[in-house]
Amino acid sequence: MNETTNQEKKTFWEKLLSIDRRIIFLFIAVAISVPLFFKTSLDMPVSPVVQEVYNAIDKLRAGSKVLVSFDYDPSSMPELQPMAESFFRQCFRKNLKVIIMGLWPQGPLQANIALEQVFKDEDIKAKNLQYGIDYVNLGFTAGNEVVIDRMGHDFRESYPADSRGTPLSEIPLMKGVRNYDNIDLILNLSAGYPGTMEWVQYAVDVFHVKLAAGNTAVQAPSMYPYIQTGQLAGVLGGMKGGAEYEIAIKNPAKAVSYMFSQAIAHAVICFFIIIGNIAFFSLRKKKTS
Amino acid sequence: MSGEVIGVWIGAILTLGIFSFLYKDNPFYKFSEALFVGISAGYWFVVTFWQYFVPKFWDNLALAYSELLTKGRVDYHWIYLLGGFFGVLMLLRLVPKIGWLSRWSLAFIVGTTAGLQFTRYLESNGIRQVVGTIKPLLVSGNMNATIGNIIIVVGTFCGLIYFFFSKEHKGAFGGAARVGIWFIMITFGAFFGYTVMSRMSLLIGRMDYLFGIWLGLY
Amino acid sequence: MRREVPLVLTAIVGITMIIAHFIPPLNILKNLFEDWFFIIAAFAIYLGILNLILINGDKIYKKQKGWPFGVVVILGFLVITVIGIFFSGGKSFQDPGTPFYYIYMNLYYPLSATMFALLAFFVASASYRAFRARNVEASMLLGAAFILMLGRVPIGYWVSAGLGHALAYAADWIMDFPQTAGQRAIMIGIALGVVSSALRVILGLERAYSAGE
Repeated sequence: MNETTNQEKKTFWEKLLSIDRRIIFLFIAVAISVPLFFKTSLDMPVSPVVQEVYNAIDKLRAGSKVLVSFDYDPSSMPELQPMAESFFRQCFRKNLKVIIMGLWPQGPLQANIALEQVFKDEDIKAKNLQYGIDYVNLGFTAGNEVVIDRMGHDFRESYPADSRGTPLSEIPLMKGVRNYDNIDLILNLSAGYPGTMEWVQYAVDVFHVKLAAGNTAVQAPSMYPYIQTGQLAGVLGGMKGGAEYEIAIKNPAKAVSYMFSQAIAHAVICFFIIIGNIAFFSLRKKKTS
Repeated sequence: MSGEVIGVWIGAILTLGIFSFLYKDNPFYKFSEALFVGISAGYWFVVTFWQYFVPKFWDNLALAYSELLTKGRVDYHWIYLLGGFFGVLMLLRLVPKIGWLSRWSLAFIVGTTAGLQFTRYLESNGIRQVVGTIKPLLVSGNMNATIGNIIIVVGTFCGLIYFFFSKEHKGAFGGAARVGIWFIMITFGAFFGYTVMSRMSLLIGRMDYLFGIWLGLY
Repeated sequence: MRREVPLVLTAIVGITMIIAHFIPPLNILKNLFEDWFFIIAAFAIYLGILNLILINGDKIYKKQKGWPFGVVVILGFLVITVIGIFFSGGKSFQDPGTPFYYIYMNLYYPLSATMFALLAFFVASASYRAFRARNVEASMLLGAAFILMLGRVPIGYWVSAGLGHALAYAADWIMDFPQTAGQRAIMIGIALGVVSSALRVILGLERAYSAGE
């Protein structure tokens, strides 16, 4: 009787370990998709590294100039686009002047998409923001970290004109902006190379400008040493960082609504890992006994 | 049917084509994959042309030529011809007999990269990180800061010891290397957790596109 | 000539890039070398693309297995290249409303994003099959991954509500201290590696890039 029961248990664990991977795929697909149908706004704390980003912008006085570099493409939109929108909301509500640029070809396009979304907000619409006075889009320039380095001497070395072809000397916002000395804060939204590491290496450590970052979750852990040394003011890490930033500016939006799917998906993966380990150890125990 | 609607349908069909690989490899997936390869190559060709080749090479030469025509003087921008020359040498890699000439272009690329990264990595990722690790191991009146600093100092030091392979990991040195690998394992665990988060975020984006934008179910 | 010229070139360019950091007037030469770098990089990309076309062309010509997909590759390349170079308004080829932008947003972007999204499924499957707490080190990796995967999403916050949201704060603590320490050790190691490799390349001790045809 015991031998039969042991054989059945063994078969069950072995079957579990050799389960068709398509079943796992199905679990993940359902875990991600079903929560999207529930418009849930979840309560979550704002972590210190995200709060530091919020505080760095909040400390600036009205009229301060912030430079934001869009260094990502649409593939990273789910993680970084919510951060971009929240950043614009915080800046425009504080009447900061925003200079947009990109080291990735698609970056400045992402900025325009974010602006289009933010300009639908009633409080920001009421401000009647003007291109060239309240914000400007310098566009993309090829050159990766070389662009960052040259901007430290003179923005015009990399950007003689904005994305519309208007010379910088004719743009009211850019009057008096020569290099990083005239910028109060830089925010870098980055999905890879060139990105935050290059901004730290060429802008912060050479020209001593204050930098905050928004990164995809893959990159975020690599940024923590820079935060600890003060090279980076703070980091928004992945979709969770974007969601926390939305809560910090008191405007929960897309990232917060996505967190339900994220939470369920993580729980499913943890469940599979636990089951896999239980099966593995059960089989190992049976083999040794 | 507007162009936007057609575009969403094309995007959705191609998305499903790629996802079909999850069931098994099939011609629909192979078609989507081949299209992706072709379009990616074309995309980077066009971007490189308008964002690198034209502004860095063509525009500089056009400026030099116009200086020669209008003012009759030889402008220093002609030197960009040399950059173009090195670029053409790179293409010669495809010609077996004179492919060795591409080594000159490669040498230029390697030299520039080595020179640029030498100072930046040394300062930002080397010296400043070492400075950031020099922390007091006792912060009076602040137990949290004390424990934190000890962890940072011990973790960084032992992690670096682990990577030192010129000495055998035995005795006290081996013990320190073992502690180092524990910290590195925690780092890798963090990497894994965040990588899962990132991949799930991308999948959420695609599912949102399919259910929310294409099918308009919510 | 075949070996000497590349080594001398690397040394001259590399030393100039380093010295220009300390002698600002040399920045003129540094800027020139950087511009040439991007011209050569553009041709390197063209080399890769040309190679891709030649391989697929050869596959079609010899009617090898899967040759119709080679036609798809080449057609896809030709369509977007012709539209991007000739029919999308020159330098403003990426502006919304151009044919290039349309192809980019409705073909390239969905394909690219979905390729990356596929990884989510394989991460789950691979974790289930391979992620085992076989020893102390693997258990630490697993433990850290668990705390972070649950602590960095709202589930961790709720589940540990009775313990003062311990899971969420543990995740933050791990990122701020042990993870930072391990990350920094890796970062310093890489920095030393980059610096020593750069020196070896500039001094001609490393010649791997100059080998081959």
